[in-house]
Amino acid sequence: MCIILWDEFPILVEILTRGTTMNRFFRTAPLVVFLLACGGGDSSRTVIQNRGSDTLVNVAQAWAEAYSAIDPRVAVAVTGGGSGTGISAMINGTIDIANASRAMSESEIEDAHARGVDPIEHIVGYDALAVFLHPDNPIDAMTVAQLANIYAEGGEFEDWSQLGVTVPGCSSGEIIRVSRQNNSGTYAYFEEAVLGGAEYGLGSRDMNGSSEVVELVANTPCAIGYSGLAYATDHVKMPCVSFQGSDCVAPTTSSAVDGSYPIARPLFMYTNGEPTGAIGAYMDWIKSSVGQCIILAKGYASAAPVTCT
Amino acid sequence: MPADVGQPPTKTAMDLDVRGQDWYVDKLVSVLVFVGGISAVVLILGIFVFITKEGVGFVFGPMEVWEFFTSPFWRPTSRTEATYGILALMVGTASVTGLAMLIAVPFSLGAAVFIGEFATGRTRETLKVLVELLAAIPSVVWGFIGLAIMNPLIIETFDVPIGLGILNSGIILGLMAAPIMTTIAEDALKAVPDGYREAAEAMGATKWQVISKVVFPAAKNGLMAAVLLGVGRGFGETMAVLMASGHSINLPTSVFDSVRALTATIAAELGEAPVGSDHYRALFTIGIFLFLITFVINLMADIVIRGGGRKR
Repeated sequence: MCIILWDEFPILVEILTRGTTMNRFFRTAPLVVFLLACGGGDSSRTVIQNRGSDTLVNVAQAWAEAYSAIDPRVAVAVTGGGSGTGISAMINGTIDIANASRAMSESEIEDAHARGVDPIEHIVGYDALAVFLHPDNPIDAMTVAQLANIYAEGGEFEDWSQLGVTVPGCSSGEIIRVSRQNNSGTYAYFEEAVLGGAEYGLGSRDMNGSSEVVELVANTPCAIGYSGLAYATDHVKMPCVSFQGSDCVAPTTSSAVDGSYPIARPLFMYTNGEPTGAIGAYMDWIKSSVGQCIILAKGYASAAPVTCT
Repeated sequence: MPADVGQPPTKTAMDLDVRGQDWYVDKLVSVLVFVGGISAVVLILGIFVFITKEGVGFVFGPMEVWEFFTSPFWRPTSRTEATYGILALMVGTASVTGLAMLIAVPFSLGAAVFIGEFATGRTRETLKVLVELLAAIPSVVWGFIGLAIMNPLIIETFDVPIGLGILNSGIILGLMAAPIMTTIAEDALKAVPDGYREAAEAMGATKWQVISKVVFPAAKNGLMAAVLLGVGRGFGETMAVLMASGHSINLPTSVFDSVRALTATIAAELGEAPVGSDHYRALFTIGIFLFLITFVINLMADIVIRGGGRKR
């Protein structure tokens, strides 16, 4: 009923704004009563508040939509805002599930305990951080050590010739480092996994979103960038990455699941205590093959291997 | 008749003192207008108090004033040692705004002269509408133009490694500031009495002589204010500069170098900086600094306009 009303909204507005005040009052009064009843009818539904990571927000939205068909009595309200936002809302106890692309820190867990919240970690998938190159760049394989030497403070590589290549369209040969702003989860994970705790060198182009990284690298022959695999387009090239002499592995959802790709990060959801009731059922469904196939379809890796049709 | 003379005035005054519907409407409207009138003052004070409150803990705490203004190392999230130096960011903002003004001033003054002095009738009206439309383009759209169109264009044209930098964001910002500067400059030209022009023309002055020798000097305060407001716009612009400047901490040596602006730094980092942390407060300190710069620029523009008013 409420949905029908919403569709008719423009017509209703037109009816309501015509005529005298008295007329309008008599038309409005029953409608207001109806709307109140309509809003009240929802109280039997359970609303799960879900907030956090912008990396996960599209997946979380897809889960929420699909779940509304499975259990219409449960509504999942998804908002983004970043891992930090979701975690602090979890600590303050204002949400049911927090999405995060990084693990909660020790101090955050202590804060939560101090407020009587017991955050339980659920790994719901993996995100492979792909390295992006311009399609004209001849490099097909890179090592984590090379990446560290390009991105870290005091790294040796400043010119593509030091990697033994000349990039067509990049006459100066300078390596243009494309990175993320310094408090994004992607930036922090790359620092930890690739730079090994060393500082980033200043002077990188710090984009404000993963899609901007891809856009910039696609248009800039000298550039190198990194971001979640889900943001890759056909206009960028993704070299395989090897770590300490291991095989060079291409970034794919399957290589992220089996752990062979060296720079894949887990994606988390946090609940307050072991989830029960509607939240528990929702978390179980997310971890089931149906939920895991949705995250795969969105370009991320599932938490465990699944077969999807 | 004579007996009535003393009575009617008091009775009329009593009769008039009726608090009817009109009286209440009048009172209500005057209260609303008053609230609207002082709201700007209240809001600006509120914003200033808020920014200062959030930033002051940094200014009197971990901030080293000398380091803050002279160090080019902005590493607020460093795990080993956080440094807060905004020199590179100030240079970035200044260089981008400077180039933007080099582009916007000739364009907008030219446009204002054409609209105000040469164009007539439909041409004039169409141009005015178009200029105002240009001002309505959202800054994120400008930023996207910088990122997706200007970047490859600059790389190909000048054979440089990257097209995001002072040149790109300066052009974008110049185009963004030009409409408001054009509108204000045109108002300034319009404020010059037609008598001045007619007198000059009567003495045999050519069109250009009228504009350069008579109209410009008479309108110079208004034109100055237009330029200063454009500068203020340049300092304050965020999204387009964030996307087109490269957002790179770097002391530029050429117009093709990537830079980072003060505003863009706040926009990119404030969202996920933990509330109350040094990083969060340092960003608010940049906010205080920007607020003061913009305030001084606007004050100068205001003084320039008023100064002209007194002389005339």
